[in-house]
Amino acid sequence: MPKVKVPRKSTAVDMTAMCDVAFLLLSFFILTTKFKPDEALAVTTPKSVSTTPAEQKDVVMITMDDKGKVYFNVSDDASPEKQTIIDEVDKQKALGLTADEKKGFLRAGSFIGVPFSQMKSYLKLPADQVAKVDKPGIPVDSANNELQVWLRAAQTAFKGSKMNLLVKGDNQAKYPAFKGVLDALKRNDLLKFQMITDPEGVPPGTALYQKNNAPRGSQPAAQ
Amino acid sequence: MAEMDTSGGGHQKKGPGVKKSKKLSTRVDLTPMVDLGFLLITFFIFTTTMSQPTAMKLFLPKDTEKPEEQNKVKESGALSILLGNNNVVYYYEGTLAPDGSNLKTTNYKEIRNVIIDKKKNTKPEDFVVVIKPGPDSNYKNIVDLLDEMTINEVKRYAMVDLFPIERQMMVATETGQPMPAAAQPAAAQPAAR
Repeated sequence: MPKVKVPRKSTAVDMTAMCDVAFLLLSFFILTTKFKPDEALAVTTPKSVSTTPAEQKDVVMITMDDKGKVYFNVSDDASPEKQTIIDEVDKQKALGLTADEKKGFLRAGSFIGVPFSQMKSYLKLPADQVAKVDKPGIPVDSANNELQVWLRAAQTAFKGSKMNLLVKGDNQAKYPAFKGVLDALKRNDLLKFQMITDPEGVPPGTALYQKNNAPRGSQPAAQ
Repeated sequence: MAEMDTSGGGHQKKGPGVKKSKKLSTRVDLTPMVDLGFLLITFFIFTTTMSQPTAMKLFLPKDTEKPEEQNKVKESGALSILLGNNNVVYYYEGTLAPDGSNLKTTNYKEIRNVIIDKKKNTKPEDFVVVIKPGPDSNYKNIVDLLDEMTINEVKRYAMVDLFPIERQMMVATETGQPMPAAAQPAAAQPAAR
């Protein structure tokens, strides 16, 4: 009897198609990713159970670093507001900034980290130098709260539109710095703001955990 | 997986003096390239979604000097939490005893039980937590405490500055010195949120 010959098939699969798909996806992700801008301010934010994502547009951000220094910046999509803010501050404090110096605030990713006395020389710095120079931070003590001036200018600039106030603090920032920021906010009647945190799971067994995991339609337990 | 077609060349020779040029296959194994592709994809997926920060909402009360506009706090329902240095938490219920005997020490893990206990034993409408960050506490401590309010669903809480006497008692506990003689009793706090 003749043996039935089973044809031996090669196990090698043509990888070209898969490779095409992989690189198509890869290029898609590369093109759509916006890398976090290289932050001149290294801040490690605390964790919280909050799940609301932080606003990205029309942001007025107050940053506190680990030494308790306070910085102020406005997101880049709000460039007309930025112009108003720097004009307003210039007018209020009679800093006599030239249009060129104002550009130091208007360029993308800029932030303010010096008192008004050093503002002129600080704004003159080219973008790559800003990160390197020693920045004393915006004074927020009760006697000389300069952040208040910045916030008032921001309030004027965002009049009629929604301003998202964000406070981003480092884990190690001390309370007096935070209190200074709160004071500046309160004096401008800005009583609503958000604090940027990293997400964290809700610890099991707590009231919030029970609420989140309560079966649908059931009444919350009386407390 | 690599395929190299070597059947054409090699040992067999067609004849003396005849040299056949090797016919190499044009097929390249793409597996490593696919691997690399997917590795990069995973990298990009992770870097895009993981860096989305969340935000915690906070509403401040308006500072007011008028006593009738200030929120009154019932002594029995008040839990004051003092944030000290080196992640130490102090707390007391009601008002602080002049000798500081009801000032207790705990840490950020245990404070949850304290809050839960107090919440259980108080009428909901009286329950209020007063957070008093000391000058040495850091931002993380404050956020942790505010987070604790969310976790335990504390509806009323306030953030108030430390009274001098409380500060002294905190320092005294830290250094192990005797409690300073109370100068003034700690009054109920305004500015609740």
